[in-house]
Amino acid sequence: MKPFAYQAPGDAATAVRSVAADPAAVFLGGGTNLVDHLKLGVAAPDLIVDVTAATSNEITDDGAGGLRIGAAVPNSELAADRRVRDRYPVVAQALLSGASGQLRNMATTGGNPLQRTRCVYFQDVTTPCNKRKSGSGCSAIGGYTRYHAILGASEQCIATHPSDLAVALAALDAEVRVLGAAGERGIPFVDLHRLPGEHPELDTVLEHGELILSIDLPPLPMAARSAYRKVRDRASYAFALVSVAAAVDVADGIVRDARIAFGGVAHKPWRATKAEESLRGAPASDDSYRAAAQTELAGAQAQDGIDGGNAFKILLLTRTLVATLRDLAHEET
Amino acid sequence: MKTELSLDVDGEPYHLAVDTRMTLLDLLRERLGKMSPKKGCDHGQCGACTVLINGRRALACLALAVAHDGSEVVTADGLAHDGALHPVAQAFLDHDAFQCGYCTPGQICSAVGMLDEFAQGWPSAATIYPASEPELDHDEVAERMSGNLCRCGAYANIVPAVQDAAGQMAPR
Repeated sequence: MKPFAYQAPGDAATAVRSVAADPAAVFLGGGTNLVDHLKLGVAAPDLIVDVTAATSNEITDDGAGGLRIGAAVPNSELAADRRVRDRYPVVAQALLSGASGQLRNMATTGGNPLQRTRCVYFQDVTTPCNKRKSGSGCSAIGGYTRYHAILGASEQCIATHPSDLAVALAALDAEVRVLGAAGERGIPFVDLHRLPGEHPELDTVLEHGELILSIDLPPLPMAARSAYRKVRDRASYAFALVSVAAAVDVADGIVRDARIAFGGVAHKPWRATKAEESLRGAPASDDSYRAAAQTELAGAQAQDGIDGGNAFKILLLTRTLVATLRDLAHEET
Repeated sequence: MKTELSLDVDGEPYHLAVDTRMTLLDLLRERLGKMSPKKGCDHGQCGACTVLINGRRALACLALAVAHDGSEVVTADGLAHDGALHPVAQAFLDHDAFQCGYCTPGQICSAVGMLDEFAQGWPSAATIYPASEPELDHDEVAERMSGNLCRCGAYANIVPAVQDAAGQMAPR
């Protein structure tokens, strides 16, 4: 591991100044991903700025039914918060479906969406990877593709984003509050992550030195009826092959409104706006749910791979969306 | 680069200078001689290094020591009181909940932290709707302990050991 300096400022402005001034500086949250990357050689910063004391570890009511979640709130506390469980069950379920109890105690709200892909080639510094080293090539294309994208991939990168929380936040129209050298701004959560395009080395739209201060959940009464469904290779402690975050508003057998996002299938949490549109006003039936999935996945592109490829994800995701919506629609309100 | 930090480990205060790269796991084992936290995978995947940091279970292999200045750390060594084993450790013995024992200190620390989380009403993925009140049945224990791997496959005895300890520790 390359030597690095360490700072733990008590305020966000100091943390931002330190990182913004040094191109080889990084922020540290819970460390569950970054410390592993230091060991693997995937990350080699010369300055680590610990922001766990510089950002809030509180969840506060915004007075209108929404919640502001401080960036330093641990994933476990967020999942246990009664307001989150009652108003946004999809958030609690997404968090609890990921990682382990130990990791959830360490990982933070600001850090979780910024964790990096678990693409095996990205994490193996002996193989080419455009995300790790721009222009070096992509080893995943034609390689092991089980955990890779079927939506929005590019010729440079087919990696997926690993966060479960991020999928729930994308579905709920959360907003990210960030502080940078140029001041504070809000970013719609759905715009935080990028598609890989020509620059897979960039996961998000954040400038170097911009720090997540909080994630704000807007008031959304229909989110009281929301859920996260994750399909994976083990019953626990595994990343998603596919996942669905959804909230629905159903009355008299008709879907009045829906919020849907997919995980495990793209470089970013995939907000399924076409599926949402197709559901609005449709009967709350399996046929509608299947049609919504098919509309969203019409442009899906499976990868060929030495593991048999990942075409199975298209049908798996269709069925997972149908099952999630069916359960939600039948839920007592 | 060296930096100074203070830690309380298993009830004793320490003040030492460490390299910023040192993990809490390496500090415990190599600097303090606390050998109960084990280095299994060293990548946060196996749980053998589980300790309690400020009362919460965490992975010492993914914790930079420098980031835990001022913390209170308890390893499996530090769970015993006045020569008596912690109820969770005793339950592991009573239920034959290990073979080689390498994962055991991590399992025990994890179970201690998990039982506290459960007592505080924290939900889990086994509780399908987190709004409901869970019971500590087999599925709950398996889900909540899924971050601790046992290559000997002693899970069949670990789950009853944890349930037994939970019963003994419950307020009466």
